[in-house]
Order: sequence, then C-alpha cells, then structure tokens
Amino acid sequence: MKKAIITVVGKDAVGILAKTCTYLAEANINILDISQTVVQEYFNMMMIVDVAKCTKSFDDVAAELGELGLGMGMKIRCQRSEIFERMHRV
Amino acid sequence: MINISEVLETNKMILEESLDVRTITMGVSLLDCADASLKTTCDNVYDKLTTLAKDLVKTGDAIGREFGVPVINKRISVTPAAIVGSACCRTPRDFVRIAKTLDRAAKKLGVNFVGGYSAIVSKGMTKADKLLIRSIPEAMASTERVCSSVNVGSTKTGIDMDAVRLMGETVKKTAEATRERDSIGCAKLVVLCNAPDDNPFMAGAFHGVTEGDAVINVGVSGPGVVNYVLRNTCRGESFEVLCETIKRTAFKITRVGQLVAQEASKRLGVPFGIIDLSLAPTPAVGDSVADILREIGLEQPGAPGTTAALALLNDQVKKGGVMASSYVGGLSGAFIPVSEDQGMIDAVNAGALTIEKLEAMTCVCSVGLDMIAIPGDTPASTISGIIADEAAIGMVNQKTTAVRVIPVAGKKEGDTVEFGGLLGHAPVMKVSGFSCEAMIARTGRIPAPIHSFKN
Repeated sequence: MKKAIITVVGKDAVGILAKTCTYLAEANINILDISQTVVQEYFNMMMIVDVAKCTKSFDDVAAELGELGLGMGMKIRCQRSEIFERMHRV
Repeated sequence: MINISEVLETNKMILEESLDVRTITMGVSLLDCADASLKTTCDNVYDKLTTLAKDLVKTGDAIGREFGVPVINKRISVTPAAIVGSACCRTPRDFVRIAKTLDRAAKKLGVNFVGGYSAIVSKGMTKADKLLIRSIPEAMASTERVCSSVNVGSTKTGIDMDAVRLMGETVKKTAEATRERDSIGCAKLVVLCNAPDDNPFMAGAFHGVTEGDAVINVGVSGPGVVNYVLRNTCRGESFEVLCETIKRTAFKITRVGQLVAQEASKRLGVPFGIIDLSLAPTPAVGDSVADILREIGLEQPGAPGTTAALALLNDQVKKGGVMASSYVGGLSGAFIPVSEDQGMIDAVNAGALTIEKLEAMTCVCSVGLDMIAIPGDTPASTISGIIADEAAIGMVNQKTTAVRVIPVAGKKEGDTVEFGGLLGHAPVMKVSGFSCEAMIARTGRIPAPIHSFKN
C-alpha cells in the first residue's frame, strides 16, 4: 500500500465529490477514507487513498487533480501521506 | 490515522505561513580531485561535481511536488578550495580558475550556489591559504554562484589575527571589485569562527575534511510558522506556554526536513548527514525573525529585552529540533540577517537597531553579523575590528559566529542598497568612527581561552 492524502478546499458546490471520485476511479486509485467539514461556507475534504495500483505517475495525478480543482473553482492537492504522519506523530 | 485538522494545519503552514525546506545541500569531497596540474585539477572538479550531483535539482523538485512542500534551493558545498588547489595553484589567479570551474559546474547543474571557496586558517595560513584569500575579490567579481568563507578562529586554537587583518582588506577589495553591482561580492563572502563542517546554508557552507565522500545536508526554515502560531495562541501567555509553543512548532518543522532529507538521500544514493533547523528569514513579509521578536513582546527588535527574547527563541528552536531528528548539526538556531528580513530592515529604519545591539544579539543566536550594509569608506582595519569582535564572541562562547558585512562602494550611512532576490535590500548602517588600527596592525594570534583546555 502506498498512501496519499488528497485535500479539496473551496466554496461548497454540487458534484465536487463525484467529479473527484470519478477521476480517481479512472486512475485506479482506491479510496480508503473520506472526511469532510464545512467551515464558513468553505468546503474542506480529505481523502486517504492508496496509489499503489495507480495507472499514472504520482506527478501526473497531482497535476491533473490540481487542474480538475481549478475547473470547479476548488484547490485540490495530492500529497504523499508521510509528510503529515511525520509532522503530527512521534 | 491522520485526521483532517492535522492535514489542514500542515497545508496551512505551507500555503499561508511560508513553511519550506530552504535547501538541500549536497556536500562533495574534492580531495581526490587534487593534482599537480591546474588544468587536471579543474577538469577533475568539474567532472566529479557534474557526475555526482547531476540529479540533485531534479530530485529536489520531484520530492517537493510529491510531498507538497516547496524545496526552495538545491546547492552544493565542496572541500575548502585552498586545500584542493594547494598542489597546483602558484598565484591568486590560479585559484580564480578553480572558482570559475565551480561556477561553471553550478550553472551546468542548475544549483543556485556552490559553497566552499574557502580557507580554514584558525591558527595559521599556509601559502595556499594566503593565495586563495588574495584571490577572493577577483573570484567573487568574476563568478556568479560561488560562495566564499574563511574561518579565522576557533575555541581550540584562538584567533589568527593575521588572517583577521587580511580579511578586513579582502572584504574592502571585494566590495571595490563589484562596486558597479552595489558591492554584491561581499554578500557571497563570510568570515567565520568555529565554522561547522556540515553547514548547508550559504555563504558559509563548505564540505569539511572530517566528512565522507558525499553527504546530503538539509536546511529547514519557518519563521513565518512560528510567528503565526505565537500571534494566534500565545499573546499574554506565560513564558512556559510561549516556550512550549515554539518548541512544538520547531519540532513539526524539523520533522518535515528530516523526511525530505531521508528521501533525498535514498533517491540520490548519498548518505544523509544532518538537519540544520534554522529559522532563516526571507524578504517576504511575515517570514521574519524580527516579527517573532515583536510577537514575544518587543516594540522593535533592538529594544531592551531583545537579547533575552532571542536567547529564548534560539534555545526553544534547538530543543524542539533535537527531538525531531537524531542528526542535528550545521548552525541550527535563529538567523538575524538584516537585508534578508523585512522586519529587521524596518527596525533599522526606525532607529531601533544598531550594529552594536546586533553584536550583542549574536552572543545568543546561531550566527553573527549577517548581511549588514555599512558605508563604503569604512577603513579595512575597522572591518577587521568587527571581525575580531565577532570571532572573540564565538571563541569564548564555544559557538559559531560570522561576519558578512558589505562596505558598499560609494554609499554612505542612510543610503539604501538593493541586492535582489533572497539577498533582499538594506539600509546602510552607521559604524563607529573610532579607530582600532593600531591593534589590528599587531601580528600573530590571540591565544585560545582557558576553558578550551579540557584534556
């Protein structure tokens, strides 16, 4: 398993989750966990995904998700999970 | 499992508070490049650097993209050039050829600086050391990316005052040699005491002879993050809360550096050396050590209490950092450059911060008088006096100190100089007009302090 964290941040709207999940399914990325909050109309979503069997390079996934986000007026970032684990866990 | 608030906190640090990995610096030993022929030496240096470090920039950028944290600089440090060129350089101009070779290699590799045009002369100077020091003005004027450093003293050896005198003159000549660019050559030249062998930060980086063939050292930064956390959670709180908060934040910042360093080491096939956990400011607003001092409770850096606030900050950064990485080294602490920190520039312009107060601050932080523009007509002996003062602080307190002053040719107190980019801009600061010429004219060394005799 190779975990990555996808974050989606922006104004709440219809179809954000659907579009993101469709992209992930096409790239063969398995979603392990989803959590989300809405703070002051801002939609914050985090997905923990497994990119081990992904058909694309990590770089391409991160770039394409970024573009997908721009199209919806959202900021989507895809990062390897270690940066969060190292920072917040001893 | 990681939760959403932790993920958002990390990304906020990166996106809004200027958290970054300031530099991945590959240290490369050039000892095996030395030859009796200058041309062969230069060829060997160029070939070794462009082979060993060929993937450094690409790898640094890829790691930055995957973890989503900017890796700002990719740099190289090399064995002090005075050692590498000692068998083949007969004149200062011969050493300049080595500098140009380093510059050429840096451009080919795409790294923005290469450090190690250096001489370690803590106790005395070899013929080659003197030649290299005499070559510094031309080397700094004729190269773009080469950084030079000279270590003039240490706690174990005392201070080589002949080298201090020579460096005062060298700093002046370097300013003159680059006068049409606001004496920028001096921004790439630093005079040190107790210089560490594994420092990844420029201009004082070199690959010491105690190091292996190649090593990856990483410098992390994040004054903006510390500043933000203090502003939002610590106003009016006790020192205990303040210190705990800085420590926790330094821990988080350093963990990111540790992760990037290990990843870079693995991908490049080069051993990991150390993490340098320094709060290194940039000219960007908010990414400032001065702003942290204000947040601790000073109206301006330079006000009474500044040295205590900086001591506290420096110590907590170290305490948080050592918990986050087993191999902490380099300079590790808070940097207080003037031109690279908008908050410091503001304090100078407000009349709150003087060179004398900055000198006091260097007793308790990780480096020294850094990126300070002074009048172009400052005598060489006065610059040597400033260097000697800093070296004495380092020697007695068993810490690294450094002097990177820029006597800007043609400028006087109150003028402003623009260096551009990370080097920023600086007001020309007042220097004491009283002379130390007769002291600097003395020859020989200042002996090592009594507490250095620990055998």
